[in-house]
Amino acid sequence: MMTTNPFSELSALISADIMQGYIILMFILVVLGTVLDMMHKKSATYFFENAKKQKKAAKRTVDGGEKIGLLVKTVASEVITSSEFCYTPRRISHLLTMYGFIIFVVTTAMMIFGADTSSGTVPMLWHIGALMLAVGGYWFWFFIRVDVAAEGIKWYQLRRADMFVVSLLAMSTFGLIWSYLQSGGVSGWDMAFFVLFIASSTFLFSTVLWSKFAHMFFKPAAAFQKRVTKADGSRENLPPDYDLSDPAVQAKFPDIPEYMGKNPSYMGLGIKRETPRHY
Amino acid sequence: MPTFVYMTRCDGCGHCVDICPSDIMHIDKVTRRAYNIEPNMCWECYSCVKACPMNAIDVRGYADFAPLGHSVRVKRDEEKGVIAWRIKFRNGEKDMELLAPITTKPWGTCIPKLANVQAPTQEMRNSQLLYNEPKYIRFDDGDIHTLESNGLKMKAGVYY
Repeated sequence: MMTTNPFSELSALISADIMQGYIILMFILVVLGTVLDMMHKKSATYFFENAKKQKKAAKRTVDGGEKIGLLVKTVASEVITSSEFCYTPRRISHLLTMYGFIIFVVTTAMMIFGADTSSGTVPMLWHIGALMLAVGGYWFWFFIRVDVAAEGIKWYQLRRADMFVVSLLAMSTFGLIWSYLQSGGVSGWDMAFFVLFIASSTFLFSTVLWSKFAHMFFKPAAAFQKRVTKADGSRENLPPDYDLSDPAVQAKFPDIPEYMGKNPSYMGLGIKRETPRHY
Repeated sequence: MPTFVYMTRCDGCGHCVDICPSDIMHIDKVTRRAYNIEPNMCWECYSCVKACPMNAIDVRGYADFAPLGHSVRVKRDEEKGVIAWRIKFRNGEKDMELLAPITTKPWGTCIPKLANVQAPTQEMRNSQLLYNEPKYIRFDDGDIHTLESNGLKMKAGVYY
């Protein structure tokens, strides 16, 4: 199952042109949805207005070279390793989902656009991507996501906020089941799951305007902007991260060495010792 | 001056919901992000602002007395045991930074392990003293400890 291209058998029923057309249509829907989302929520307007405000509050100017450095750091940290998540399980689950999705989408396009799958590597990656997506997604859904019970919502009651993750999960799960049934030669049922797979992926890519799909485009921009505000000293009006052992900091704030010593020790996690589940 | 949430920065972790003494920080059912359900009832205790790991909560000054946009933002770093404030006056010129310790001992190390303590005797139960009272206010070795008895002096004014 893992090394079989599930789309090759399908080409007997559906022509390659239709499959390729479907992929292009989904791509167009994502672009269109993202642009409409940006226009509707005015997120780009807010982003640039906010950037202007921060620039006004800046204590120093960040030049082009430094900005490129910050961009590289943003890609290496926030984009590639999802470092914005401070809760480790959530970060791991996000990495699984993110890389699973990328691998799944890229290998799907490769298989449909006629990449050589005889070695079995691409189909293997397709299955691994779907599995990563399912593991990360279900972990998030059942154990990590926002405590919906606090607002009187049962775990199975779906809201608009769930559109993205549920359609992702449905797409990967139905895709895997379809591939399994197809390799097992279960005719009829495999087509039923193929229809569910297509329905869920169409839902995922066509609801960008209402779901949080577009976060994959604007989050990196926001993370870059956050780094720029740190570099130019405006820091969104937040105080800086002080190094308590720095003599300059100790001279500016004499309470620190007086009560905590010259080299303050690590105080532990504080409020983060427990996850917030008391309400 | 009620709190509000920058929705793009909130990740819905629930720390603010957990800590709010007025129980007015809730999770939005549509976006699954935190929001202040009743700004009129917020008494600006800043608990949620300090608890937010994403610095996504801020306190809004009403337009009648903060028309030019002041800012009071705080960052509590439990791992370092300090709290830092940055206060920008509404004239846009005065920009103050403050830093103070919030603990000098690692979190959780000073919680009394009551399970390991011997149960109080009947005499202790009938006494007016509370648990560990003579020991903790240190009547037992002389007198109440004061700044003077410890060789300390109260300094005048704010001395950050």
